[in-house]
Amino acid sequence: MTASTAGHAALNKVSKPMRPPRKIWRWSNLPLVSYLQAMPLALILGLFLLLPILTIGMVSFWDYDSVRIYPDFVTFNYTETLGSWVTWKIYLNTFKFTLIVWLLTLFIGFWVAYFLAFHIRSVTMQMVLFLVCTVPFLTSNIIRMISWVPFLGRNGLINSSLIELGIVPKPIEFLLFSEFAVVLAMVHLYTLFMVTPIFNTLMRIDRSLIEAARDAGASGFQILTNVIIPLAKPGIAIGSIFVVTLVMGDFITVRFMSGGQSASVGLMMANQISLLQYPAAAANAVILLIVVLLIVAAILRVVDIRKEL
Amino acid sequence: MTEAIKNKTGLNRRTFLKTGAAAAGLAAGSGAITGFPTIWAQNIKNVTLRQFGTGVSNLNDVANKVKEDLGFTLQMTALDSDAVTQRAVTQPDSYDIADIEYWIAKKVFPAGVMQPMDVSKMKYFDKIAPLFITGKLTPESKIAQGTAPHTVGFVESADATKFASEPTKWMTLIPTIYNADTLGIRPDLVGRDITSWADIMDPAFKGKASIINIPSIGIMDAAMICESLGTIKYGDKGNMTKAEIDQTVGFLIKAKTDGQFRSFWKTFDESVNLMASGEVVIQSMWSPAVAAVRSKGIACKYQPLKEGYRAWGGGLGLAKHLSGIELDAAYEYINWYLSGWVGAYLNRQGYYSAAPETAKTFMTADEWGYWMEGKAAVGDIVAPDGKVMEKAGAVRDGGAFEARMGAVACWNSVMDEDRYMVRKWNEFIAA
Repeated sequence: MTASTAGHAALNKVSKPMRPPRKIWRWSNLPLVSYLQAMPLALILGLFLLLPILTIGMVSFWDYDSVRIYPDFVTFNYTETLGSWVTWKIYLNTFKFTLIVWLLTLFIGFWVAYFLAFHIRSVTMQMVLFLVCTVPFLTSNIIRMISWVPFLGRNGLINSSLIELGIVPKPIEFLLFSEFAVVLAMVHLYTLFMVTPIFNTLMRIDRSLIEAARDAGASGFQILTNVIIPLAKPGIAIGSIFVVTLVMGDFITVRFMSGGQSASVGLMMANQISLLQYPAAAANAVILLIVVLLIVAAILRVVDIRKEL
Repeated sequence: MTEAIKNKTGLNRRTFLKTGAAAAGLAAGSGAITGFPTIWAQNIKNVTLRQFGTGVSNLNDVANKVKEDLGFTLQMTALDSDAVTQRAVTQPDSYDIADIEYWIAKKVFPAGVMQPMDVSKMKYFDKIAPLFITGKLTPESKIAQGTAPHTVGFVESADATKFASEPTKWMTLIPTIYNADTLGIRPDLVGRDITSWADIMDPAFKGKASIINIPSIGIMDAAMICESLGTIKYGDKGNMTKAEIDQTVGFLIKAKTDGQFRSFWKTFDESVNLMASGEVVIQSMWSPAVAAVRSKGIACKYQPLKEGYRAWGGGLGLAKHLSGIELDAAYEYINWYLSGWVGAYLNRQGYYSAAPETAKTFMTADEWGYWMEGKAAVGDIVAPDGKVMEKAGAVRDGGAFEARMGAVACWNSVMDEDRYMVRKWNEFIAA
């Protein structure tokens, strides 16, 4: 969540007020006016983004017992978190989920967007099919996730059909309450976040570029790798930022689909919050924020998303 | 909050009359006039008491009956037990009556956000089961380990926050509801007799077992399992040392990585679904969850085990800010709570009421026989909502009240090493 707002901040830099070339007296020449113009956004970001983050940062140095938190300046929330093998294992696990889900959503998302952008001829049909992609989002994501449970369970739809068809002798156990289930649900939930921005950039590609490449003798694969993918990079980057931040911060999918068998950073925080260990959770949140910002910075370094917007 | 403020706006004529009437009413209510619509019932109609607590006893039927019998409004909020603890301590003005478990009271009461209750204002104090007063169900029974209700049931004085070692005239919570928990099984799928907590670790149930993922309750279930397997000998399961916590969690982690557990559950419905779908055949369970599985027509048994039960108990406590007519209404409510109607209601759900004698008068002989005496039901046993729970001839799992509550091995508890335990529990979930 915070990381995507950082993305916004980067976007906002683009629109700096330009000074007119000649000195004509205008209201907008007064320095005060530009500050006033920036004020609403600054206020909103300050109140709803900066202030909460500062509060989290502050609380992460507080002391706590089983019911209350005490203003203080202690660092053991960080040393306990960073010094525990659990944290490292959970971060590793979270990175694993992020990488797998990112690769899968990128692959699926890109090809769905490619199909919509290049294989559907009429714009109306493109829009209709794109809207069809968003239909599942009319329901809550928890419902979409939970609906996998009766499907994948030991006596669920898949297992009972497989057994009745005589394909497997006994139920396949790893389908539910496993890492497989977590990845499946996440890919299902987050692929659209990849489709949308990639579809958007693909639609902006000038079709004459592809014709030119074809005229110059490029094969279909060469057009893909030399023309389409480079031009789709900003969309891929934006989609990746969405997916990475969503997966890194997820806790409910991991809890429900793994049945508590697997952990993520978000789940670790949720556990701490439910046990009233706010300072420990805050320290964890600060660490996660730093990690996610680093990933987003890395993505932005590789791809200049401003170029296309 | 607003309610409380409104009534503290100084002593004008109206409030003077109100409190005067309340005092008169109290005098009348305390002896001379019996039955509920007392003189001050006119004022009390405007009172709203805000009660919050865990789902088990936050029943709309109770609020409706309160309106009918006592005239005032009871607003109920249900939260999970962690959220209840947190809200009780951090937002003491947001509630008037806290409906909490005894182990939660052990955390909450020392924070000074609640006021103890005057025993002399309780009409049915002598009817309360001795389990909550002395800790013994019968004079010869043994006191179980853990946070036994009587150890946190009393304080020394009206403004004390330290628990008293023996009964005084100031009670922290009036007990309302309690039960003995054990493992739930699917008798059609386990394929053998289950007699001990250790059976959940049987390799035959690999990938088909589950335990609850609420640390303070789960650790007790784990302790019952470890102790019956003989892997760990505890000094006091309810108050483990760091070494004992390490061993217990280490044992759980090993079982988890070996694939013994299918899933861990946190909410009531999760436990019902795991059992009903056959994902799990043996797990920690709560009694109404067993009833919910059965009501789907699926066999499920609340299996008594030879090591005994893990018990829990809850009660009502008053927020510190309560005073004047609201405080009087709260006492009226407490007295009504123990007078039998609610007790019978809870008994019919498979819980136990704190004042069994008064509840008996509101139950039929057959109901009493089935729920409390372990007798076979003569007619169908009907839940408070009118659904048939058990057919005629059924016998309650575990039998009579004395057999179940008399075989309590430990109570849900808060340990001195609570924070350490929670950290280790997180390791177990992460492992």
